[in-house]
Amino acid sequence: MATTSPPAQAPDVRVVPDEQDRSSSHLYVSMGPQHPSTHGVLRLKARIDGERIVDVDPDIGYLHRCFEKHSEQLTYPQIVPYTDRCDYLAAINNELTFALAVEKLLGLEVPPRAQYLRVITMELQRIASHLIAFGTFAMDLGATTAFLYCWRERESIINLLEEISGARMLFHYVRIGGVRNDVTDDWLRRVRAFVDDFISDKLPQYHRLITGNRLFVRRTKGIAVLTPEDAIAWGASGPVLRGSGVARDLRKVEPYCGIEKYDFNVPVGENGDVFDRYMVRMLEMEESAKIIKQALEGIEAGDVMAPLPRRWKVEGETYVRTEGPKGEVGCYLVGDGSDKPYRLHWRAPSFVHLQLIPVISKGLLIADLVAVIGSLDPVFGEVDR
Amino acid sequence: MGVNPVVHSGDPEINAAGHPGVLTTSLRKVLNWSRKASLWYMTFGIACCAIEMMATGASRYDFDRFGMIFRASPRQSDLMIVSGTVNEKLAERIVNLYDQMAEPRYVIAMGACATNGGPYHGLYNVVNGVHEIIPVDVYVPGCPPRPEALLHGVLQLHEKILNEGLPVRA
Ligand code: SF4
Repeated sequence: MATTSPPAQAPDVRVVPDEQDRSSSHLYVSMGPQHPSTHGVLRLKARIDGERIVDVDPDIGYLHRCFEKHSEQLTYPQIVPYTDRCDYLAAINNELTFALAVEKLLGLEVPPRAQYLRVITMELQRIASHLIAFGTFAMDLGATTAFLYCWRERESIINLLEEISGARMLFHYVRIGGVRNDVTDDWLRRVRAFVDDFISDKLPQYHRLITGNRLFVRRTKGIAVLTPEDAIAWGASGPVLRGSGVARDLRKVEPYCGIEKYDFNVPVGENGDVFDRYMVRMLEMEESAKIIKQALEGIEAGDVMAPLPRRWKVEGETYVRTEGPKGEVGCYLVGDGSDKPYRLHWRAPSFVHLQLIPVISKGLLIADLVAVIGSLDPVFGEVDR
Repeated sequence: MGVNPVVHSGDPEINAAGHPGVLTTSLRKVLNWSRKASLWYMTFGIACCAIEMMATGASRYDFDRFGMIFRASPRQSDLMIVSGTVNEKLAERIVNLYDQMAEPRYVIAMGACATNGGPYHGLYNVVNGVHEIIPVDVYVPGCPPRPEALLHGVLQLHEKILNEGLPVRA
């Protein structure tokens, strides 16, 4: 559409002199919301002195979609697809958190086969989410190849999940009371084949491509160190917390879906720098694969959906949390006995982690800011909700 | 253009089929064809649909086949793919980015949200479709649209570009 337009306005990256103190040489640089490395619509207001960062201030709200308020107008089953859209890279984990919260209030028992399917899909989803974190992070640091490689495996996972749910990204597979539909034995065999291939062939490829790369190591080792004390004080969770050496995984601490039966390790980092957070994600993919293999062996025949009440009377107050790929996904739910929640609050790990940016990026080079964001792996659907 | 092709008087065979090297066509066609064949798009992922946009650009679906390469700056891009929910805070920025793009510029509204608000239609902070703030050329339905759907949208845009007239001076 060749239309005539008003004159071009101010550019996206604005350099504004410090209003308060004109004698200092600090510059204000605004990065985003349209920036290829902010992983979404994040705006960072950085005050820099030469190349060094003095102060950063994340500005959010560009994707606020009224999720919590809107939920109060929807019935419980209607909310499930909206939880998908919070952390859209890990839809299954979100659905699961919400489903667990409602099941807890309703006192529903989920059939064992559904539990196994939940574990399989949620760990597949974790691998898919970490793959994106890995790919975009590497791309931000200049390694575009990794991005293209990781999409290859992600597409395989998407194919598997699409087959059982019908969607490519926002699966809506885990429902309140169970899962959407049963799977065939052939599907389980193909999951097995994928996992085997992933662990024996694909993951070592990534390590050869990126982990040992000198440039990559120079740009990530010792950068943006988060001490364990700070991590705990700021409420970090997931790979960010474990990268700092705190071995806390909600799958171990507060098991759900029978995950206490599985044998897996919790990888932790040593220094709490960008490299450790990256490494924890890579190792977690291996652990997820282990869990999937065990679930595939243990899976038993049976129903995949618990009988649901005809009229929904959800009453009481609960907080349920699960270990999502980004960290602790929490759902605080208050039911007043009707079929709609009285209040729903979503605890989003990315939102909490964004607050760490000013803490860990003081004194870094401005180019490292990109590495910091990539290592925190925020998703803006859940930051702004 | 409606102008007959000019035949070189010294070489009347120049227009004959199979003549090597020279091709006559209209300026309109050449311009449109070249614009269509190198439609650079801006990387501006907004929400969930952006992930499918990335998937379309990545190894399996591969936007590069259509000469589409992403650019990080609006000043170098011809196409803006609005891939996600636009809210009041973001709307201003999108208009700003659109204004920074050089003409001719095109907009694809990808997904239900950019088309009419989609699942978030009518909520207090959501713009019900990106056409309320900038002109849209192609709408791609879906939540999120499959990469094939986005590719189809792009091919529709190619059609549209091929049939455009020459730009007129205002
Ligand atoms: S149309 Fe659907 S997938 Fe796309 S941004 Fe909106 S909610 Fe997300």
